[in-house]
Amino acid sequence: MGEEDYYLELCERPVQFEKANPVNCVFFDEANKQVFAVRSGGATGVVVKGPDDRNPISFRMDDKGEVKCIKFSLENKILAVQRTSKTVDFCNFIPDNSQLEYTQECKTKNANILGFCWTSSTEIVFITDQGIEFYQVLPEKRSLKLLKSHNLNVNWYMYCPESAVILLSTTVLENVLQPFHFRAGTMSKLPKFEIELPAAPKSTKPSLSERDIAMATMFKRFSCLSLPSSWDYRYGQLYVLFLRHHSRTSNSTGAEVVLYHLPREGACKKMHILKLNRTGKFALNVVDNLVVVHHQDTETSVIFDIKLRGEFDGSVTFHHPVLPARSIQPYQIPITGPAAVTSQSPVPCKLYSSSWIVFQPDIIISASQGYLWNLQVKLEPIVNLLPDKGRLMDFLLQRKECKMVILSVCSQMLSESDRASLPVIATVFDKLNHEYKKYLDAEQSYAMAVEAGQSRSSPLLKRPVRTQAVLDQSDVYTHVLSAFVEKKEMPHKFVIAVLMEYIRSLNQFQIAVQHYLHELVIKTLVQHNLFYMLHQFLQYHVLSDSKPLACLLLSLESFYPPAHQLSLDMLKRLSTANDEIVEVLLSKHQVLAALRFIRGIGGHDNISARKFLDAAKQTEDNMLFYTIFRFFEQRNQRLRGSPNFTPGEHCEEHVAFFKQIFGDQALMRPTTF
Amino acid sequence: MAAAAAGAGSGPWAAQEKQFPPALLSFFIYNPRFGPREGQEENKILFYHPNEVEKNEKIRNVGLCEAIVQFTRTFSPSKPAKSLHTQKNRQFFNEPEENFWMVMSKDGKPVIEYQEEELLDKVYSSVLRQCYSMYKLFNGTFLKAMEDGGVKLLKERLEKFFHRYLQTLHLQSCDLLDIFGGISFFPLDKMTYLKIQSFINRMEESLNIVKYTAFLYNDQLIWSGLEQDDMRILYKYLTTSLFPRHIEPELAGRDSPIRAEMPGNLQHYGRFLTGPLNLNDPDAKCRFPKIFVNTDDTYEELHLIVYKAMSAAVCFMIDASVHPTLDFCRRLDSIVGPQLTVLASDICEQFNINKRMSGSEKEPQFKFIYFNHMNLAEKSTVHMRKTPSVSLTSVHPDLMKILGDINSDFTRVDEDEEIIVKAMSDYWVVGKKSDRRELYVILNQKNANLIEVNEEVKKLCATQFNNIFFLD
Repeated sequence: MGEEDYYLELCERPVQFEKANPVNCVFFDEANKQVFAVRSGGATGVVVKGPDDRNPISFRMDDKGEVKCIKFSLENKILAVQRTSKTVDFCNFIPDNSQLEYTQECKTKNANILGFCWTSSTEIVFITDQGIEFYQVLPEKRSLKLLKSHNLNVNWYMYCPESAVILLSTTVLENVLQPFHFRAGTMSKLPKFEIELPAAPKSTKPSLSERDIAMATMFKRFSCLSLPSSWDYRYGQLYVLFLRHHSRTSNSTGAEVVLYHLPREGACKKMHILKLNRTGKFALNVVDNLVVVHHQDTETSVIFDIKLRGEFDGSVTFHHPVLPARSIQPYQIPITGPAAVTSQSPVPCKLYSSSWIVFQPDIIISASQGYLWNLQVKLEPIVNLLPDKGRLMDFLLQRKECKMVILSVCSQMLSESDRASLPVIATVFDKLNHEYKKYLDAEQSYAMAVEAGQSRSSPLLKRPVRTQAVLDQSDVYTHVLSAFVEKKEMPHKFVIAVLMEYIRSLNQFQIAVQHYLHELVIKTLVQHNLFYMLHQFLQYHVLSDSKPLACLLLSLESFYPPAHQLSLDMLKRLSTANDEIVEVLLSKHQVLAALRFIRGIGGHDNISARKFLDAAKQTEDNMLFYTIFRFFEQRNQRLRGSPNFTPGEHCEEHVAFFKQIFGDQALMRPTTF
Repeated sequence: MAAAAAGAGSGPWAAQEKQFPPALLSFFIYNPRFGPREGQEENKILFYHPNEVEKNEKIRNVGLCEAIVQFTRTFSPSKPAKSLHTQKNRQFFNEPEENFWMVMSKDGKPVIEYQEEELLDKVYSSVLRQCYSMYKLFNGTFLKAMEDGGVKLLKERLEKFFHRYLQTLHLQSCDLLDIFGGISFFPLDKMTYLKIQSFINRMEESLNIVKYTAFLYNDQLIWSGLEQDDMRILYKYLTTSLFPRHIEPELAGRDSPIRAEMPGNLQHYGRFLTGPLNLNDPDAKCRFPKIFVNTDDTYEELHLIVYKAMSAAVCFMIDASVHPTLDFCRRLDSIVGPQLTVLASDICEQFNINKRMSGSEKEPQFKFIYFNHMNLAEKSTVHMRKTPSVSLTSVHPDLMKILGDINSDFTRVDEDEEIIVKAMSDYWVVGKKSDRRELYVILNQKNANLIEVNEEVKKLCATQFNNIFFLD
């Protein structure tokens, strides 16, 4: 298996912490993604490391017993430590606030605290076996205020910090899940739902294990068109992932992951089923909106993209792995320590180790080795693993870092060795432009909303974010097409077909085509002397009118005479290029035509007499000169009551010439009454 | 020859008002180099119609033409005589290749009017040039035939081609449009046009032996991969010969769209206009007409495959060295047929939308003929139908003659100009020439004066030709 084959990798710079051992306890906080290494109950030090902050927080605290759970509130303001099953201790980390610990006991009598979750910098939820309690912490008073509580029997809980939703497992089978949503001091109960458990042999009691459930948000939207009340808008869609191990008695093909969509309003709905086609021990991650399923037995992983087309049976969609199963890319433990020992060869890291613990969305922790990694998807290897280009595009367009990969796919499909067929190229362009158009539309409706003054009334109106999936004409031109047309070995028919296909696709999505694309078409046609093709394209207005294009055509006249007519027609249609038309006609010595044109549009009172007389003189056609001269004499008469030219018009030379040819008496006499 | 006798024996007196259609008296091709010496004169003659004419008369006629051309060459070395008017007939000369002369003569009515019928001169000269172009399209140049098989082969080819072609020459229906030899383009919106482009490119890719493609709809051109001059004559062939031949079976409904007998084939309306008639017949012949294009430089010999679905026709031209097999034809049918059927209905739909959008279709007060020398675009509201045998115009022949006169005037000068003619019975005829474009308008307005007519034409230009630079 070559290196180019692995599509999953561990991040290059993991968070490193002291290995778990009898004196050093390691905790992970999913909300802040921090690892706590607590030595001797905190007495000999606590070190907190997050993925983003490279400077660990370290402090000491008194050893008041075994730490069961330790977490900072958001922004590291308050530390909460659970040491007993009834109480949680707090310590302020806010400057100027007392750092003396304070304690909160759970309100419910005889309840045991299963754990706690911070939902903001000062709000905390206690989960007990008898319900949940929602508190506000008042750090300056060193006390907590109960905001709300709810009683129900809880087996276990799960927290999704991205959406601020806590899921409680209730009932004997543990499979009825009760979600709660927290936001700015409010706690709302969402409709509960039941996870269907697979049939199990009668002897064993079926139950839903915490290990088989995960929560993740996917597909953050950036459009300003969504409803502002929905959390889908801000946080993406919340899914509950259930890993359903099929019991050996049933003749099913293997385990599967069931995705339940948990909307802000309304009931939870089973939406997708990911077919794993294997059994054994699995772990789930969600990376870049992909569900990654690790399989320990084979030490491989597969990925699923629920945005890709699957088999819809009327209620749920079945998905198969996007790609064949592959191991995570082999990983070398970076050597740390003094520079003298760096010559040592790096140690390969054991992947899929049983000591690995996986957290959502993309975290893998090896407590025994003291590493926290973020799992990453590598897009480049996928390009070669997914031969269907349309599906590949659908896949790539949903990924965060997709731009350069997509552009390279485009270049590749136009290269001589890997040339794709035109229908495939068309499909790819259509998919790109579909995404591009969506963004343009969002931009436009945003601009319109701003113009209409809605920005003040609706604070949620946000400028649409341009994701990497938006590849505009300049991207495609710069990175793909301009290099493509330069390739000498490429048959020109193919080059033109590709350019036309891109232009067709843009037109299909009603996107205005930029003139540099048209110039590329013209350049290619001219290079191969395909003037008649060019003529036909212009005839059907495939190449949109513009002044630069008209000028380009004018410059082609010596190679292809009809270009002159095409250019003039284009200038005429632009209706803002009347001066250019006059210049073109004068340069062709069509003085009379120029004059008739400018008169036709009513601009003859403002033109320079000198310019026209110069042009008329150059034709060496005396009668023409006479006509033009007489025209301006008449204009002078009409405008100023005298046929004479004013000194400012600088026509003395022409008056002299006129006299010389036709005599003084030929000059027009002023009409007097 | 009956025609000759009739031509000679009847004058305008005999027929009073009625005009006899002009008939072809003779048509011959010769090369003076082939029989320079006395007694060898017969060798000069490569083709002579009518063949029944006595040998000496043929030689005499050829000799006369040769003499006239030689004689007029002394006055104008570069432009020798193009036509000769006599009391009995008119002759037209054309030298399409060096030393190869084509001569056509038709019966002439002695002209008693002062007016010269210049229109007809230009029309028939154009017809004669077209004869050559058509021959060349299907046979290549005279010279090529000489190279391939000497005079014998050339004579055979000429005989084979012109024997049939001359029968389709209906001189009486020729008019201004034959001078232009234009191409009618199908008006289309950009998006549909791009779809057609896309279709053509895909077809050329999947049928990888296709060298050129042309696309027509409703007998009007939409795309030509061929160069302009080759397309011009191919267009002429398609619209005046091939397509009309296939109208009858279409009207009779013989080509039922349901072709259930073809297994695995999508239902479509596609069929070959050249080549195999029935793809299910294992013995079907896949013979396609050969055409010759770019004879000035690359000299390419191609097979012409014309395939049609509903009103859309595609011409695929493939190199003559490749012989299309029945399998190829079946493949073409299965790839092109369904897509072309969909495309044809798209075009039809789009065309109807555009037509509705362009507003009411009330009969305008005028009729016009437009021609652009640059792209050969031609448009006529004068002609209701134009085939070689019938030219169904909606105006009086006298008006057509005036149009021809104006055209002759235009030809004489390079400058843009405008001519307004008051014709009989309230008709006005206006001719405009602007930057290689010509427009002829026939107006019928009671008691209109020159200024009003001028205004009308301006209005017409503003509505019909607002997107081109057309001086008023």
